[in-house]
Amino acid sequence: MSLLSSTTALLGKELRTEFRSRELLTTTVVFILMVIVLFSFTFDPTYNESRRFGPGLLWLAFLFAASLMLQPCFLREQNNDTLSALRLSVSDPFAIFLAKLVANTLFLLFTEVLMLPVFAILYNVPVLRVLGQLLLVFFLGSLGVSIAGTALSAISAQARMRELLLPLLLLPLLTPVLVSSTEVTIGLLEASPYVEWKGIGFLVAFDVVFLTLLWLLGEYLLEE
Amino acid sequence: MTSRGVSPTGIRFENIEKRYGGLAALRRIRFEIAPGECVALAGRNGSGKTTLLRIAAGLVRPTSGELTFPSALGAVAGATSRASKAEAVRAKVSRGFVAHATMVYDELTAEENLLLFARLQQTPNAAARVERLLHEVGLFDRRASLVRTFSRGMRQRVAIARALLHEPSILLLDEPSTGLDPQGVAWLAATLRQLCDAGCTILMSLHGESEISMLATRAIRLDAGLIVADTRTGAEVRSILTFADA
Repeated sequence: MSLLSSTTALLGKELRTEFRSRELLTTTVVFILMVIVLFSFTFDPTYNESRRFGPGLLWLAFLFAASLMLQPCFLREQNNDTLSALRLSVSDPFAIFLAKLVANTLFLLFTEVLMLPVFAILYNVPVLRVLGQLLLVFFLGSLGVSIAGTALSAISAQARMRELLLPLLLLPLLTPVLVSSTEVTIGLLEASPYVEWKGIGFLVAFDVVFLTLLWLLGEYLLEE
Repeated sequence: MTSRGVSPTGIRFENIEKRYGGLAALRRIRFEIAPGECVALAGRNGSGKTTLLRIAAGLVRPTSGELTFPSALGAVAGATSRASKAEAVRAKVSRGFVAHATMVYDELTAEENLLLFARLQQTPNAAARVERLLHEVGLFDRRASLVRTFSRGMRQRVAIARALLHEPSILLLDEPSTGLDPQGVAWLAATLRQLCDAGCTILMSLHGESEISMLATRAIRLDAGLIVADTRTGAEVRSILTFADA
């Protein structure tokens, strides 16, 4: 079976199980909403203040929410030992990772798009004029978070203190993604918006490098 | 030959060792199961039965030793670190595994679970095969129910159906009667008998004697990761399985 058809079948399973349980999406949406709302009380959301603090705050909220969302990614495969069934069924184990990281990227993007109007209103930031560019940086940033997070979720799921291990590994690794995504978002929210291409280039490079590493090493991450 | 054209395949364990840190789960495991043979593994909890089955399934890599799958046609597929990727995939396709856990998704229906694994395993006419298996395991009327609403016995039936989807030439079963009622055990025994007659190689771990253990033509007893008895003599087979926990 080709990698594409295995991935499609597994992606369908990921989406179906999530939309039935709604565990990940609910947790992520509520967490980001709480962070955005609570922080809006801590400073005067004038345009200048929001431009200074808003993008960093937004990406920090996305990152912490992602670490919550990625935790059960492989853990719930352990409940009934379904990961073993998948390993026995797919000809290419990379399909398991690919389906999970595509699903995680979609869940993150869905949450980010849902939270963007809330952020724009509470922080008095105009986003409509740069919506396309914002979606691009959301996509590249979320993809980077999902690729690294899915790999680390597979590693931490088999370890002791797994709840602590994932954020400890994930957050330092994703610092460059946080910095680049924040810089690009700051540029887009300026009075005269511009695209920070260096940041976009870095995000693309990060995604390509980590996706290649996952493709090369993924099989070993799934072994008992 | 099975309907998918996979020839009967045996299993050869050559000096298999498995260590978890300082603990030796398996030591010097060396035996061969002929194509079409039905072998029962017996032994106390922690004697290494599950580890041996998971190594045979390709889920656990042995610390040392070789695991190969000689077919009746003379071809040998490997599943060790030295095996090529194509060999490993071929060996994987020939095996079906029923573990102690059900290995199915609680948030999917019985039908969705089987269709998912049928598609991943490239089962020809997946929908028809799934429908037939659902009839065979007695869950056709509950095919649209989520697995999490099932009893343990019903989940075990789905698990067995999942392992049989691709008509494997080797079937590995870890205490397969777990949760099954007497009718379920009788159904499983009849199914396994049909598979044996069709040339399927079976390696299963069992506790005590049952209709399923009657199928075994050979019994191997493990103790602390070592093989302490291996017999094909009818009375001894029964004796090993009857006093498996002794």
